Amino acid sequence: MSPPVDSPSDISHSQDGSRERPIRRLRFSTAGKTGIAVILFWSAMVLVGPWIAPYHEAEFLDEALFIVPGLDDPYPATDFQPPGAVAWLGTDYLGRDTLSRLLYGARTTIGISLIATLLAYLIGITLGIAAAAGGRVLDSSLSRLNDAVLSMPTIMLGLVVISAYGSSLPVLIALTSVIYASSVFRIARAFGLDIMVSDFVDAARVRGEGLGWIIRHEVLPGMILPMASDFGLRFVYIILFLSGLSFLGLGVQPPQSDWGGMVRENLAGLPYGAIAPLVPALAIATLTVAINLVVDDISAHHGGKLAGEII
Amino acid sequence: MLIRAVLHRIATGLVTLVVVSVLIFLGTSVLPGDVASIILGQMATPESLAALRSTLGLDQPAYLRYFMWLGDLLSGDLGISKAGSGAGTGGTPISEMIAPRLANTVHLAGAVALIAVPLSLGLGLAAAARAGTRLDRSITLTTLGLVSVPEFLVATALVLVVAVYLGWLPATAYVSGTETGTALLKALALPTLTLVVVASSQIIRMTRASVLNVMSSPYIEMAVLKGLPRRRIVLRHALPNAVGPIVNVIALNLAYLVSGVVIVETIFAYPGLAKLMVDAVQTRDLPLVQACAMIFCSAYIVLVFIADLASILSNPRLRYPR
Repeated sequence: MSPPVDSPSDISHSQDGSRERPIRRLRFSTAGKTGIAVILFWSAMVLVGPWIAPYHEAEFLDEALFIVPGLDDPYPATDFQPPGAVAWLGTDYLGRDTLSRLLYGARTTIGISLIATLLAYLIGITLGIAAAAGGRVLDSSLSRLNDAVLSMPTIMLGLVVISAYGSSLPVLIALTSVIYASSVFRIARAFGLDIMVSDFVDAARVRGEGLGWIIRHEVLPGMILPMASDFGLRFVYIILFLSGLSFLGLGVQPPQSDWGGMVRENLAGLPYGAIAPLVPALAIATLTVAINLVVDDISAHHGGKLAGEII
Repeated sequence: MLIRAVLHRIATGLVTLVVVSVLIFLGTSVLPGDVASIILGQMATPESLAALRSTLGLDQPAYLRYFMWLGDLLSGDLGISKAGSGAGTGGTPISEMIAPRLANTVHLAGAVALIAVPLSLGLGLAAAARAGTRLDRSITLTTLGLVSVPEFLVATALVLVVAVYLGWLPATAYVSGTETGTALLKALALPTLTLVVVASSQIIRMTRASVLNVMSSPYIEMAVLKGLPRRRIVLRHALPNAVGPIVNVIALNLAYLVSGVVIVETIFAYPGLAKLMVDAVQTRDLPLVQACAMIFCSAYIVLVFIADLASILSNPRLRYPR
């Protein structure tokens, strides 16, 4: 329909890309590799966790399991037990297996966070591009609304909404994705505006492409890569936010296990040195630190490439 | 021009505040499960619910209730906490509930700011001045770890070490209002320490980044090539241009404290405003939630405004809005 016009993506795909512009391969530092390993580990746990868990998440361990031979105690305590052969990571305040709850909770915590992040991206990118491509009125009204959402501390917005709607999985996911869509919107709009005024978009317009084509073939491909590293960070924020809500008792409701909630319900064991509240908190920390390490590596790589192009 | 830019920011801040108030009101008021049904509980009949709603003014259209609420708010009347009121007892005025709690939270936040700001500026500048060395790398890694863990992990770890194993401080921070001197300090110590750790790691990272950003600009390279001593470069050339970003960072992170305060006050049972709000959310005491949210959001907007102002003052190019 129209003669091929060079756009940046055409150039790099046209011939042997490595000859035209040497693409530095993304090399991960030791820290980054550790991060990837941890992320892979937890992804595997999300997939198979409930099957390899020794018990069900809501199962109270039988007292008979804790009877110590030689001690004449037919009814031993089952709550806040230290790690042992029966429960590898000890038991929680109701005598449930911490390891099993951790494995079930991986699916809840990571699953909900991932869905919320994806939804936030869907909303944020859609509205961001709409604002960038849709004209002045749409842009400024969307931006003002977005400023208002951004100007509220996330936890406050969460508390207000949960006080009104109560806490359930759909409410949590919708709430989180709307809150974090506002920051995605800001980035997507900025990139979108940049790309919309570029020469290759002008060229596409001149040769008669429609707005839909331009968005699909020029705008979206141009913003995917820089937004990918933001995805990791946003995912971390969402995990922390949802865990914080759970910790306040306003997130995922029992008996479903969830890492933030597990910390809260076992806090009472802290003065006795029980590890039940620490295990889920450390699980969150390993995952979020791991993602941050990988993101750091990727953005360092981007930075290096950018600097190379400028010089 | 400067005054115009500042006025522009003030106007934007006010507009944002109005939009926020609408959002807070919409978020809580147009929804099912109102206070009338909670007060009556199992005794609710359709007639008694309707009667209570009309005495509480809940049967008015939403926009009327918004303006009534906003008018009361502006005249300093924060309303009556509904959940506290039994059948016909009238409830407690929210301003009376909030005043002592607000004072507690301000004490906590003030103590945190006093410690965290100088501490993290020092560490951030040190890391930036010795970029790439072992000191810098250990600071960077520690703070990266600390910003990516939840606040409640920092808090529980501190309780475990300081209160349980060492036994130096109490594990909760209950303040009845009569404490003075050491007792008050002891109660405040752990919550303050937690928030200092959380806030500092953010400020350190951003201070380091903004100083390094300035240090990598061409005019610094020029100064280096001229052979100026490093001390003079950092103090006379880099610092004046980094002051704006750094003040910006500090204000933004004090604003960020708002969410940290919610978690920390809950974990230590510290009777501050945030704890009041979390309790109000659990009892669905909507007027109280709205009042607390407005206070927190206003504080947040003011701090962000200060951050903005700092960057305008330090960067003349921002004085001319495009």
